[in-house]
Amino acid sequence: MAGDAQVRRRAFLAITALPLAARAQSQRFQPAQDVAPLLQKLTGGVAPERGGVEIELPQIAENGNSVPMRVKVANPMTPQDHVSAIHIVAERNPRPLVATFHLGPQSGRAEIATRVRLAGTQKVTVIAALSGNRFRMAQVDVLVTSAACLDESM
Amino acid sequence: MMLGRVQVPTTVRKGEPFEVRILVQHPMETGYRRDLNGQAIPMNVVDKLACRIGGREVFSAELGSGMAANPYIAFYVVVDGPGTVEVEWSDDRGERGTVSTPLNVT
Repeated sequence: MAGDAQVRRRAFLAITALPLAARAQSQRFQPAQDVAPLLQKLTGGVAPERGGVEIELPQIAENGNSVPMRVKVANPMTPQDHVSAIHIVAERNPRPLVATFHLGPQSGRAEIATRVRLAGTQKVTVIAALSGNRFRMAQVDVLVTSAACLDESM
Repeated sequence: MMLGRVQVPTTVRKGEPFEVRILVQHPMETGYRRDLNGQAIPMNVVDKLACRIGGREVFSAELGSGMAANPYIAFYVVVDGPGTVEVEWSDDRGERGTVSTPLNVT
């Protein structure tokens, strides 16, 4: 009888453990998405210039739930030539568009700071919309040791 | 009514950019988390925030679930005279919050 119980126990463990493991894997792992269509939408199809945008993010973020971030755009803030918006895109977040900030000539300086969530090690893209329908873009890699929780209870 | 804070330098100079820092108390629920009973916690995020000085909008933001809980935002602004800094935000359930601070312009 002892052997029978063990077999039943094993079978029980197998059927209960399997879906749990599968569920944990499927939800924990957020694959990097193709953010190109989103970037296209943000720029309206205009090809952004590389450079001119400085992203300050830690190289290694210990906690993906709150990652300090600062964006500086090297651009004057005059009524003729200014930064009108800054978009932050995180390709592995379930909703890649993190935030959009609207600036203007009254900002004086094209710089913002905030704290973002990052669901895993990934590339963070910042798009700065300039007056005259021009765009600048920069990307930075961040290593996230503990991703922003998606499925854990607390 | 939601709680928030806005911080500006004690004195600011005309025509010189200064930093405005905003902190809003909000859980910024992503909608992907589950509670202890396995029930999905519905999404609840602050999605709009705007800052006005003297009635003129100087900054606004659209936020998503990718913002950390208790959203913190800092930005720069230039003023040409005294005024009050007013920050207003609302979440996706229509809950609103405001906070303001006077500006000491020299």
